[in-house]
Amino acid sequence: MKRRNFIYLAGVGAAAAMFPAIPVIGNEIPVERALEYIDPAVKKILSDVALNAARSKGATYTDVRVGRYLNQFVVTREDKVENITNTESYGIGIRVIANGCWGFAATDKMDKDSIAKAAELAVAIAKENGRLQSEPVKLAPQKGYGEVTWKAPIEKNSFEVPIKEKADMLLAVNDAAIKGGADYINSILFMVNEQKYFASSEGSYIDQDIHRIWPTFFITKIDKATGKFETRNALSAPMGKGYEYLNARAEDKIQTASGTLYKGRYDMLEDAKQAAVQVGEKIKAKSVEPGKYDLVLDPSHLWLTIHESCGHPTELDRVLGYEANFAGTSFLTLDKWESKKFNYGSKEVNITADKTETGSLGAVGYDDEGVKCGKWDVIKDGILVNYQAIRDQAHILGLEHSQGCCYADNWSNVQFQRMANISLQPGKQPLTIAEQIKNVEKGIYIIGDGSFSIDQQRYNFQFGGQLYYEIKAGKIVGMLKDVAYQANTQEFWNSCVAICDQSDYRLGGSFFDGKGQPMQVSAVSHGSATARFNKVNVINTARKI
Amino acid sequence: MAILSKEEAQAILKKVVGFSKADFCEVSLRGSDGGNIRYARNAVSTAGQISTMSLGVSSTYGKKTGSATINEFDDASLEKVVRRAEELAMLAPENPEFMPLLGPQTFAESKTFNANTAAMTPDTRAEMVGKSLSVSKAAGLDAAGFLENSTSFNAVMNSKGLFAYNKGTNVSFSVTVRNKQGTGSGYVEQDFNDLAKMDTLALSKIAAGKANGSAGAKAIEPGKYTVILEPLAASDILGNMFRGFDARSADEGRSFMSKKGGGTRLGEQLFSENVNIYSDPLNPEIPSSTWSGDGLPIKRTQWVEKGVVKNLAYSRYWAAQKGVEPLPFSRGVIIEGGNQSLQDLIKSTEKGILVTRFWYIRSVDPQTLLLTGLTRDGTFYIENGEIKFPIKNFRFNESPVIMLNNVEALGKPVRTGSGLIPPMKIRDFTFTSLSDAI
Repeated sequence: MKRRNFIYLAGVGAAAAMFPAIPVIGNEIPVERALEYIDPAVKKILSDVALNAARSKGATYTDVRVGRYLNQFVVTREDKVENITNTESYGIGIRVIANGCWGFAATDKMDKDSIAKAAELAVAIAKENGRLQSEPVKLAPQKGYGEVTWKAPIEKNSFEVPIKEKADMLLAVNDAAIKGGADYINSILFMVNEQKYFASSEGSYIDQDIHRIWPTFFITKIDKATGKFETRNALSAPMGKGYEYLNARAEDKIQTASGTLYKGRYDMLEDAKQAAVQVGEKIKAKSVEPGKYDLVLDPSHLWLTIHESCGHPTELDRVLGYEANFAGTSFLTLDKWESKKFNYGSKEVNITADKTETGSLGAVGYDDEGVKCGKWDVIKDGILVNYQAIRDQAHILGLEHSQGCCYADNWSNVQFQRMANISLQPGKQPLTIAEQIKNVEKGIYIIGDGSFSIDQQRYNFQFGGQLYYEIKAGKIVGMLKDVAYQANTQEFWNSCVAICDQSDYRLGGSFFDGKGQPMQVSAVSHGSATARFNKVNVINTARKI
Repeated sequence: MAILSKEEAQAILKKVVGFSKADFCEVSLRGSDGGNIRYARNAVSTAGQISTMSLGVSSTYGKKTGSATINEFDDASLEKVVRRAEELAMLAPENPEFMPLLGPQTFAESKTFNANTAAMTPDTRAEMVGKSLSVSKAAGLDAAGFLENSTSFNAVMNSKGLFAYNKGTNVSFSVTVRNKQGTGSGYVEQDFNDLAKMDTLALSKIAAGKANGSAGAKAIEPGKYTVILEPLAASDILGNMFRGFDARSADEGRSFMSKKGGGTRLGEQLFSENVNIYSDPLNPEIPSSTWSGDGLPIKRTQWVEKGVVKNLAYSRYWAAQKGVEPLPFSRGVIIEGGNQSLQDLIKSTEKGILVTRFWYIRSVDPQTLLLTGLTRDGTFYIENGEIKFPIKNFRFNESPVIMLNNVEALGKPVRTGSGLIPPMKIRDFTFTSLSDAI
């Protein structure tokens, strides 16, 4: 039902299939209201009402989230602004343990009586559900932090930038693309501010201010003679940053033989210009010969492969079966972890979970059950060594503390285990992109994310991209099209032979990772440097209808 | 409070339109009321109940439109939201695609509401989930499922006198049943407007049967096979295609419906002669709203007849550009079939593969509508008219357009996913690799 409250930006005619469905929760508000911040002292008073009400009804644990979720999006196509929207969602979610079972209730009525009633309802639900519970919830210990704050280290709050400036910027991007030869362009600027307050019966009062931004575009070019068309999407990444993300400096750009790539910050106008040229090259590109190729994968592409084939299968709730009916389970079963020798990947492969990385989508000071966030190894020298867990799962892994992976996409939804930033660590030896390509005899260099699909236990996947360059004898010899690679997760990561060094490390990510029923979204980043995978199966995706 | 009658909704909307000072004003009001239970590992994991109502106003001066929404309904709040939309409209850029408002329209009475479903309580849900759990527990299997019901209403009014109202109910259920060893998995999903049609016990038995029946799957080589797609599998793969019946993207040259050299493929034989597709909001098996979001009446529409594309959807703007009548999309696509059951289709198959459902379907090439995805929760090898053994899941790369050119037989349509869909027998379906997933 929550989904009925979403405003979907898919109503953009032809681009509907290309736009991801973008859910926005909340009510539209005047733009200036987004700059207001609710005094933490007020949120503490409201939280204490809930904590006291729940305790008096018999809760043995209570946490309270007072959340204000702000979204702004600007949507354009060619020379038209299609949509400008500001939304706000403000309310309180109360989670309790009573009779050894979880209960949850939420309300947007922010008076003390309504909050107390919601707390009482949460306790009543817990007691009711407790009758069906076979074993009580076991929470990892967590000390209270007292009154603390965390703010994303942004330079410029996106909500302070006038809407007109944003719309003009997108229209300039569109104009550049059309002048450069594109037939159509849809562009969008999406900004999020989560103002979250967490309080628990263990003595934490945590006030956090989180910002995210995602500029992106979709370009189409049609070859009138043949009726064929090609598309090229932006090479931007959604980031946990302010508006400074759109102010790219020289050091944010990586010049390669195939164009400019972006690190840390993004030049949307420049990318639109090069995209308009590249989409034309795509139309004329050679159709790939299927077979085995050494793949050189850019971080703007590899993030999604990491997300699907490592991020999801190491989520502990999937491993345990809690997502069996929706997102699926996992091939990384507990026995593989317990063996301490399951070779997920080659020795080059070190994958970490990190909830603290500056500028990433998942970075927060504390998660949505008040656990201070950190960083840990998931795959170490190719071996599966850990998962992603929350407080009521930590005991399954023999952990003393939660790993801080709890998140809810709104005050009105109950928090549950969500993916941390899961990133492939760069190689320890100096290695540039040019050197990486130079070492390949027969390969394909892939930039940007495209079509993606993986099975429900995360064994078999198929990925496409935005740009494909053929590598012959260490040189890029031209563009390819109709490329997709299919692999088995374990075989693929064991074929990883070289990863560029730290200087090439970049973040990609998703605003809308979906999980749970009713579904909740979560934003998460995945870092990597350009990596090489040997002898991967490439198919040709061209068909005639 | 969340579900208003036609009269109650009309009264609020009239009041809101009355506050308008703009050239044009459109107001929409919607509410829903419902609940859910989620379970996994044979135990309830979460349960919820939610009731929401919200009102949206679009005000237009000339071709400049602003929108605002609110979830408070006292007079002061209603006037405030209108003023807010008007302020935003003044600041908005001109929308060259703005269409003059529609005047009053006539709509058929929809069949989307069912009183039994609207009367569902947390107890009803618990009882229905209890039936599902009784199946998995008795069989020594693990169930994970989701049951959700809702009653909702939608109403729109504009300053030219248009008013439309619809009320509907829905109950949906899905369950994945797996064996304890993790070597077999089965699945069902179903939704209805009418609660009386939903039998969670019988559905869970089907999923449990597939969990046991799919254990010990053998690997066979990927390649081109005759497949029998259960209605759910057919619906999974065809859903993408229906969204492509859009005239604008076809005219713009960026759809599988685009014609080489310009224009659309309207009138072309795009599919096998035995393919007939239509939508009808008054079909009792899959009723839907009789009006579209912009206030146009939705009527029975033939999209494909004997394999020929008969209609594409035109928005009001695009219809005006092309000098044709606008034609809204409809929910609830119906693919005509015959009287054969799934069993009949299996019996008539010498060698083939039975697919329960597909999973993680994504577009690979919008030009040809090539899709990739995988089979899941029960894939079986058929020989000499019988299911011989379970097989490992496959990844496919196939276009639904190509698929509907290779139709051998269509069975009796049943309500599933997005429509009334028959089980289908399709030749030369392309599987490209094996998956170890269960």
